[in-house]
Amino acid sequence: MGSKTALYEKHQEMGAKLVDFGGWDMPIHYGSQVDEHHHVRNTAGMFDVSHMTVVDVTGTDAKEYLRYLLANDVVKLQEKGKALYSGMLNEDGGVIDDLIVYLMTEPGVAGEWFRVVVNCATREKDLRWMSDQTASFDDVALTEQPDLAMVAIQGPKAISLAKQSVNASREKLIDQLSVFQGLESEGWFIARTGYTGEDGLEIMLPEDEVADFWQALADADVKPCGLGARDTLRLEAGMNLYGADMDETVSPLAANMGWTIAWEPQERIFIGREALQAQKESGVTERLVGLVMETRGVLRSHQKVIVEGVGEGEITSGTFSPTLGCSVAMARVPAGTKDQADVEIRGKRVPVRVIRPSFVRNGKKVFD
Amino acid sequence: MSNIPSELKYVASHEWIRVEGDGTVTIGVTDHAQDLLGDVVFVELPEVGADVATGDESGVVESVKAASDIYAPLSGEVIAINEELEDSPELVNSDPYGDGWFFKLKLSDNDELNELLSAEGYTDLCESEA
Repeated sequence: MGSKTALYEKHQEMGAKLVDFGGWDMPIHYGSQVDEHHHVRNTAGMFDVSHMTVVDVTGTDAKEYLRYLLANDVVKLQEKGKALYSGMLNEDGGVIDDLIVYLMTEPGVAGEWFRVVVNCATREKDLRWMSDQTASFDDVALTEQPDLAMVAIQGPKAISLAKQSVNASREKLIDQLSVFQGLESEGWFIARTGYTGEDGLEIMLPEDEVADFWQALADADVKPCGLGARDTLRLEAGMNLYGADMDETVSPLAANMGWTIAWEPQERIFIGREALQAQKESGVTERLVGLVMETRGVLRSHQKVIVEGVGEGEITSGTFSPTLGCSVAMARVPAGTKDQADVEIRGKRVPVRVIRPSFVRNGKKVFD
Repeated sequence: MSNIPSELKYVASHEWIRVEGDGTVTIGVTDHAQDLLGDVVFVELPEVGADVATGDESGVVESVKAASDIYAPLSGEVIAINEELEDSPELVNSDPYGDGWFFKLKLSDNDELNELLSAEGYTDLCESEA
């Protein structure tokens, strides 16, 4: 048996099919992953993401430490609660993990600190790496918060239904949040972030309060959704999955993460910078693209992509898109790939369109 | 525990067979199979008129999770396919023994029916795989 989140009994009660995920017993679906997917696109769904790893970064060197640790620059966080997506790279520029970092105080104040959320499957290596990197700083403390549960509520009605499920002061706080911002209220950290391409919240709260909150959301008609729907939603939204779309052997420049690298100011030294600079100068040979298959069938990870006259690539994540009714995928292909390719599916070559890796946002198709 | 109707026959690759008594059979996948597959999104069936032999790959079921081959549990000629599955593949999940049927065969060798598993035999098999 794996680790259990504080919602384990709720999942059983609500009919979840539980599977092992990075050592945790997590719901894959509660009946139909496709129904759950549509529910998030059309109204609101909730996900138990308590397995994710929360690490608080404090100390007078917290900011300088993160500016060294991350490819994106936390100096961009200029308002209390603002969030930043970043890769954490090794010296070769490979992606150790991708993460979200929140500024937990007003910027620049004494006692300024940050909260980092990293993936569950990479927890141990991340913590080791993060801890090793503190060595060159005098005053940085890393504190994991394993007692926080986390619930993601996502969909066009997520915010209004979540507001019905919390007390008045938290309701007021939710109203104040701008996109990509999180704030604290009576021990809960409420953030307007997510992994589905819909508006919504991610709420971190004490474990002993989460079952009642989950029930309140269910009573407000927010549907419980499993990791299956979470994967089809994030893929439609064109968001990378660590371990599938990138890992330590892949440069962020070949993983559609170029936008997350803060090259300016040039004097900022961050881990992996030199390697990335060299890659940029010599030319990046691969890129991550989106594939759309308009015929029947489903694209799957590791299928071969053939680009006539250019070379070959591979699907990194593929699925059936419930919103579009056809299959979509992310694939790493030669940099010279244009707008057409073939995918080898069980011995047959099937034509696909090559687009930017983003398929659905806020319930709508986002490509022509 | 999944539903395993006693009036049907089964094979180890998780197809069910309804013996119609006129030399034809109807074939689909079991409740246990659809549960393992998860939401079915496409079904590829053989052509009407095609001859299939026992164990032949006769189609593919694609779910959100994986692609699985459908094997012919018996030999014969395909006399009908379930065209509803083209637009409503989810019938395989919601009604695996009814509206979610796959295809019908006119048998070329009735003796092959003796090789099929009973509901009891198939139940034992599912339990041993669990």
